[in-house]
Amino acid sequence: MTILEPANVPLLGIPAPTIALIIILGSIAFFTYVMWKRIDLLKRCAPDPRFSDVSERIKMTLLYGFGQLRQPRYFGAGLLHILLFAGFMILSLRSLTLIGRGFSAEFHLPFMTGAIAFGYDAIKDYTVLVVLGVCLIAIARRAIWQPARYAHPGTHGHEGEAFIILGLVCSLMITDMVYDGSAFIPHPEPWYFFPASALAASFMKSASPDTLNSLHIGGYWAHILFFFGLLNYLPISKHFHVITAIPNVYFSNLKHGAIKPVRYGVSDWMELEQCGVNDLTGFTWKHVLDFYSCADCGRCSDNCPANIVGRALSPKMISIKARDYAYQKYPIFGSPKDFGAKKLVGDIITEEEIWACTTCGACERECPIFIEYIDKIVDMRRYLLEQGALPQSLQKPLQQIKKKGNAYGAVKGKRAAWSKDIEGVEVRELKKGDTADLLFFVDSCGSFDPRIQEISKSFARILGRTSCDFGILGQDENDSGNEVRRIGEEGLFEQVSEKNIEAFESRNFRQIVTYDPHAFNVIRNDYPKKFPIIHSSQLLSRLVRDKMLKFSGDYIGGRLVTYHDPCYLGRHNNIYDDPRFVINSIPGLRFREMERCCSRSFCCSGGGIMLWYENEQETQRMGEKRVRMAQEIGAQVIVTACPFCLINVEDAIKTTGNEGRIEVIDLVELADRSMS
Amino acid sequence: MKIITCMKWIPDTSEAELSIASGGKDIKKDDLDYDLNDWDRFAIEEAVQLKEKYDGEVTAISVAPEDAEEMLRECLARGADEAFQIWNDAFEGSDGFVIARALAEFIRKRPFDIIVTGTLAEDDGGGQVGGMLGAMLGVPSATLVSRIEIADGKARFRRELEGGLYENIEMELPAVISVATGLNEPRFVSIRAVRKVASIDIPTVDLDELGLDESQVGHSGSRISVEKVFLPPEGEGAEIIKGSTEEAAARLAEILKEKGVL
Repeated sequence: MTILEPANVPLLGIPAPTIALIIILGSIAFFTYVMWKRIDLLKRCAPDPRFSDVSERIKMTLLYGFGQLRQPRYFGAGLLHILLFAGFMILSLRSLTLIGRGFSAEFHLPFMTGAIAFGYDAIKDYTVLVVLGVCLIAIARRAIWQPARYAHPGTHGHEGEAFIILGLVCSLMITDMVYDGSAFIPHPEPWYFFPASALAASFMKSASPDTLNSLHIGGYWAHILFFFGLLNYLPISKHFHVITAIPNVYFSNLKHGAIKPVRYGVSDWMELEQCGVNDLTGFTWKHVLDFYSCADCGRCSDNCPANIVGRALSPKMISIKARDYAYQKYPIFGSPKDFGAKKLVGDIITEEEIWACTTCGACERECPIFIEYIDKIVDMRRYLLEQGALPQSLQKPLQQIKKKGNAYGAVKGKRAAWSKDIEGVEVRELKKGDTADLLFFVDSCGSFDPRIQEISKSFARILGRTSCDFGILGQDENDSGNEVRRIGEEGLFEQVSEKNIEAFESRNFRQIVTYDPHAFNVIRNDYPKKFPIIHSSQLLSRLVRDKMLKFSGDYIGGRLVTYHDPCYLGRHNNIYDDPRFVINSIPGLRFREMERCCSRSFCCSGGGIMLWYENEQETQRMGEKRVRMAQEIGAQVIVTACPFCLINVEDAIKTTGNEGRIEVIDLVELADRSMS
Repeated sequence: MKIITCMKWIPDTSEAELSIASGGKDIKKDDLDYDLNDWDRFAIEEAVQLKEKYDGEVTAISVAPEDAEEMLRECLARGADEAFQIWNDAFEGSDGFVIARALAEFIRKRPFDIIVTGTLAEDDGGGQVGGMLGAMLGVPSATLVSRIEIADGKARFRRELEGGLYENIEMELPAVISVATGLNEPRFVSIRAVRKVASIDIPTVDLDELGLDESQVGHSGSRISVEKVFLPPEGEGAEIIKGSTEEAAARLAEILKEKGVL
């Protein structure tokens, strides 16, 4: 028999090409309208210059967009997604071909003839089975195992949407199989070339020629309808990411560690009507594109320390709530929903959520499509702070920084007090015009916290014993401002950074060195003027490599050591290897990684003035959680490279009853005590 | 509603190492940072919240030297509509009576419904100005107020008493209210918020505008004179218990038994 082709069979007396044309034009018209509405909102948003660095952006798009490089961080789900994504890429040619087949039974894409067409069709057939299998597994995961990260705490969910999408994709595959399988019966080929068609054919082999024709034609039109149905469902559902994810990766943030200015393209933000973001269009267009793009996979929240310890924050819910708000406030059809007195920032996204963030960056590091959260949180904080709505616990320390340049309320003149009377080392306070090779930036914590002064002393001892020519700023040093900026007090950040910049510029040095990753980050990434700066771990690793620094294993003994990556050293500045190299150069030391390490390190609850922040919702301290992770691997020593991590972890060791069992020590102190 | 709030500019002694000035009647203040009295932070916040709730105007006043302008500017940023700085160098060394008198003379010429002050100042802890101000102006006053509600020309206050008791009282307006800390959550004042009010003029008020002369202020006008300010002598009898947890606990129990506590 010869099977009838859809293009040659009129439906209800209307020629097939006419029907195909109506479906295509109708779908494209609707799709274009929806996209126009969505893009129209982006155009109303704040500016965001994401059009430079084209080669870097193309690279990102190839690696993380098409290459899906972040997917395998969740191996099972990631693998499924990669298969699905690859399947979509392969099947896109098939879809174009099928659309053409509505006009002509012989339609094929250019070069898709002979052996190439045969090869592609075979690959396509395997792909159809893979995609179908992946979708069925995905449905089962969501329906049966229900991973916690897919949940929507505190709001009505979108879980149903996932089933609709997966159902549509399954239907696409099945209708394709029906279409091809029905044609396979009169023209069989070895099953291993076309397994999907052969499988479908096995179900239809007893069908009469008429039934086969109906299945062939019916399968075709159903496929076309599902295809355009899916296309048009994407921009009105959470699955918009199928369209926006690649652009979202292309336009991703390339300035790691830095906070965006209050508003791009404004010379004096102080003159702005409003500072910070309180409504959708206050966000930049890229940030709203982020909202569109969230696939609701929940990896951000699954890694968010605030979420894990029970604070009100779940990063993905910010995207989902903002997207819901966007779709209701800027609807495709009908009039916008009236939210009354309910505000996006403050009511829908609550103040508790906004202040709960430690800016550790775990969410951003995890997101497969580079959705940003820190800049948005800071933008919303800027607004709240301007309204005066800063949590009480943070007011005093900020006020102290404003008045005295440090959150401790200590007298400026005492800033260098720690540096007197260190045995064997003289710490030079650099006056204006003085010269040193290294400028040691101590920051407030290292200057005034009695425990952290010990790290300052250790560092000074190491610098002294390795004959480094170094000095400090003394009372001309101000708080680095890392958290001041991240809390949203931009004016105060400008004040402290300007004072520090002035102090740097009036002294001669080759490099700044600091053991505080927060100071390191803000000077390196946020200060409007750039100065060469390294972290103590980088200096120590260089000193070890140059054989200037030699260790003995006496201090550490045979104890099992692990390393806690500080967020502002690791995730925000990609320094993972130097501290590990230094630790492992101590003879006889046993080292083991915690399960959460490197870019998956777990925040200890934040530094700078975040030390003063009190959260009422959390059920345990982040530091305690971290100590238990160290306990799990039997670590006896936790080495870290950040004064705030040290404070938080040291407290947590006490509150978890591990005092005397686990020691936490800064890398600098470890090096100091292990020097031979 | 016309609301007046009185602010005090005080040295921040919380983290400073204090020493006694020569003459022994004051501490050395040269190296200290000055700031708004914390109790008054709650007073200005309450004044602004009353204004937001009942509609009105807030006037912030302080008897304070030139440097205190930043405090009054901060009050404008917090929501005050105008601010006045009363000063003459002769005010140096004034007691609560003089301050209350200066404030009263200034306020006498202005209509007001309510005056909000902090109950105490953190530096001398006198707690006198609110009460005296009420007496001088011939209006009722209350201290340690933790809630204010206003209706029909009357005000209802909640006061916090010792032993966890609350007291509700009612008063005719105008009145002077001295607030307790913690009755509200004072708003934060950002650098930008201060800059936004930078162009508002803060008039300074001198003695002649108050109808006072130099002899009526400062030490000569004060009714209290400080005899001596000193650091408490180091006490005896403190014992730091050393040793392991068990040893220390045993020693502690021993002491408590000796003292007849256990």
